Amino acid sequence: MSDDNIIIDATTRIFQDLCDPQTVTNAADASWKTPLWEALEESGLTQAWTPDDLGGAGATIVDGFDVLRVSGEFAVPVPLAETLLAGWLLSRAGIVVPPGAMTIAPARRGEQLTLGNDGALVGKARDIPFAGEAEKIAVIARRGGTPVVALVDRAACAVSEGSSLAGDPRNSVGFDGVVPQAISEPVDGLDEDALMQMGAAVRAAQMAGALQAILDISVEYSKERVAFERPIGKFQAVQHNLARLGGEAAAAIAAAGSLADTIGRAERFDDQVFLEVASAKIRVGEAAGEGAAIAHQAHGAIGFTAEHILHRFTTRLWSWRDDFGSESVWAVRLGEMVAARGADELWPMVATQ
Amino acid sequence: MSSAIQFDPIRLPPECEALRVEVREFLKEEIAAGTFDPITAPYRDGFNPEFSRRVGEKGWIGLTWPKKYGGQERSFLERYVVTEEFRAVSAPTRVHFTADRQSGPVLIKYAPEDIKMDILPRITRGECSFCIGMSEPGSGSDLFAASTRATKTDGGYLINGAKVWTSSAHVADYMIGLFRTSASTEENRRHGLTSFLVDMKNTPGITVNPINHMTGVHEFNEVVFEDAFVPDDHVLGEIDSAWKQATSELAYERSGPERFLETIYILTELVRSLGEKPDKRGAEGIGRLVAQLHTLRRMSVSVNGMLQAGKEPTLEGSIVKDMGTQWEQKLPLRARELAAFVDEDAGNRADFDELLRFATMIAPKLTIQGGTTEVLRGIIARGLGLR
Ligand SMILES: Cc1cc2nc3c(=O)[nH]c(=O)nc-3n(C[C@H](O)[C@H](O)[C@H](O)COP(=O)(O)OP(=O)(O)OC[C@H]3O[C@@H](n4cnc5c(N)ncnc54)[C@H](O)[C@@H]3O)c2cc1C
Repeated sequence: MSDDNIIIDATTRIFQDLCDPQTVTNAADASWKTPLWEALEESGLTQAWTPDDLGGAGATIVDGFDVLRVSGEFAVPVPLAETLLAGWLLSRAGIVVPPGAMTIAPARRGEQLTLGNDGALVGKARDIPFAGEAEKIAVIARRGGTPVVALVDRAACAVSEGSSLAGDPRNSVGFDGVVPQAISEPVDGLDEDALMQMGAAVRAAQMAGALQAILDISVEYSKERVAFERPIGKFQAVQHNLARLGGEAAAAIAAAGSLADTIGRAERFDDQVFLEVASAKIRVGEAAGEGAAIAHQAHGAIGFTAEHILHRFTTRLWSWRDDFGSESVWAVRLGEMVAARGADELWPMVATQ
Repeated sequence: MSSAIQFDPIRLPPECEALRVEVREFLKEEIAAGTFDPITAPYRDGFNPEFSRRVGEKGWIGLTWPKKYGGQERSFLERYVVTEEFRAVSAPTRVHFTADRQSGPVLIKYAPEDIKMDILPRITRGECSFCIGMSEPGSGSDLFAASTRATKTDGGYLINGAKVWTSSAHVADYMIGLFRTSASTEENRRHGLTSFLVDMKNTPGITVNPINHMTGVHEFNEVVFEDAFVPDDHVLGEIDSAWKQATSELAYERSGPERFLETIYILTELVRSLGEKPDKRGAEGIGRLVAQLHTLRRMSVSVNGMLQAGKEPTLEGSIVKDMGTQWEQKLPLRARELAAFVDEDAGNRADFDELLRFATMIAPKLTIQGGTTEVLRGIIARGLGLR
């Protein structure tokens, strides 16, 4: 996550030019979306996690997480993260990755799709981010109980209306009778849980970026806004609140960064990766709640308006923390693992790397 | 981004993990031999000269220091591993920890060569204990209000006044103290304080009076100076300018594992209490605490790794201390809630209760010692550009 990195610079430039939060907030319609998406596709960023031979840009896992963190810094409202995730899933399964916006399914723990003997899918997946705007959906489905990856045309699915707190599409998708365009062989270790873990890691990176952004926005505002004849940032109570926000952002950046690095080096989704994923999704999710509250408090009424950019970040933080398992969902899993291993294994588990 | 917070994903290099194995083996043997018991160690005073001597023999005190002073010239990340493994089992390090973390590095930077050659090797052998004399009755958070005087006399200084809350002063061989050599000035209220090395065992005119903690433990003291003589070569650094001497050691001091592991035993015993199959509430509670602990550790390792690599993560270091001390302070509270429905007769319930009582009692000090939360948040706010 070094900042003198050409991928980070290029990504930042695209968002500055085509997805400036204030410009997007002021826009009368969604006409900014097309040029943004085209620029992202042209630059190869939508296919960052797809190897060259499967149609992608072949960037590293860590590069992809850097792109996602930067996209969080701009509260990017297009399915970049979902498309990256779908590209990762498809290419891991050896399926050639199509161009265009994509998403994945399932996205909730415990949900399973099945692939029948007739070659058609059965099942429904809820809370699928951006299904409403995606052209394709990369799914994991059970064929005779074994997970395989399949590529599905979104138009063939029954997609419900629905949106996240941020107004981004979030839909239930019915797959009954849909025949996939491609189906992979089973890949060792690639199952619904691996997808959940990768999805959680993606959201952790985006949230870390958004937390850095609301910290910066709040600090800048506190230097400018005057009350009682001084900038509010000169009041100790405000300073200490922002110091706490700094701490929450720091925890998120550290946890998400460590997770990205761990996945980048891991061969498979083992216990070490699980500890990092669960910890990051829990801690970054907590930071999202705490941090958003502090940022709003520092802004007073202006931050509660539709025309201010703050809500672009805070509503996404609130909504991203629920995607691919909330803090509570991951905490129960992590707690159960720790308890099953026993008290004396706790420290050895934490004190590695 | 204007305030870009940075935490490089530092990984401990292989030599650290090799050292960790050695340290765990050593601690296991010490526990087996009855030197200390992790279940009762938290409420003992942690003062054990024989243990410190054996740690010294291992070469684990002053690990990063130059070899000519008895050190091993190993990395700060290796020191990190030693520190965290000792903390995880509440090992009794009172004799050497202050000298190892703070005083030794100050001497290396500011003491004359002959004093370094005399004292530093003794520290590394675990034979020499330090205390820190900064706070006074009228000067706590506001360090620069210190009024205990060092007055110039033939060949040295005469010290008069009192320090308070001085941890380990009753056992320490030396103090590094902050004394007033001049009045502060209009332009600089921090001017006029000088750092001194004081021989606590061989200086007439020093009286150490115990002050008990509310737990009953005698750990800190009042130290009264009445014409206590300190020779010229015991001045550390520039006269009147101690304020300039805050060094990178400060970042190490703020960001180490001891900043979140002081009550770690209560988490371990909570997990034991809740058993192999906790209910959802218990599991969620443990999961959140472990996620928070893991994140703090990643932050702390990262800051130490960045320091080792020559970066200056000043803001990040202060954040680790603030968040770490907040966490270790709230840990007993969370543990108490989560254990509320554990069977009274469950396996380790008695040990857990005893440790919880103790952790609850000492929790308040965690956000006061070494600089309060409020002072720390002021520093963080400055790092964010607000002051
Ligand atoms: C267990 C323990 C061990 C210690 N060991 C040592 C030791 O070995 N050597 C040593 O020198 N000292 C030691 N101390 C003292 C410690 O460093 C001081 O207690 C600490 O710096 C705070 O000073 P104070 O107690 O005078 O509180 P005060 O400075 O009086 O502060 C009281 C309250 O006011 C707040 N406050 C003060 N100034 C401000 C401000 N500008 N803005 C906002 N809030 C403010 C503080 O944050 C605190 O909440 C120890 C303390 C404890 C508890």
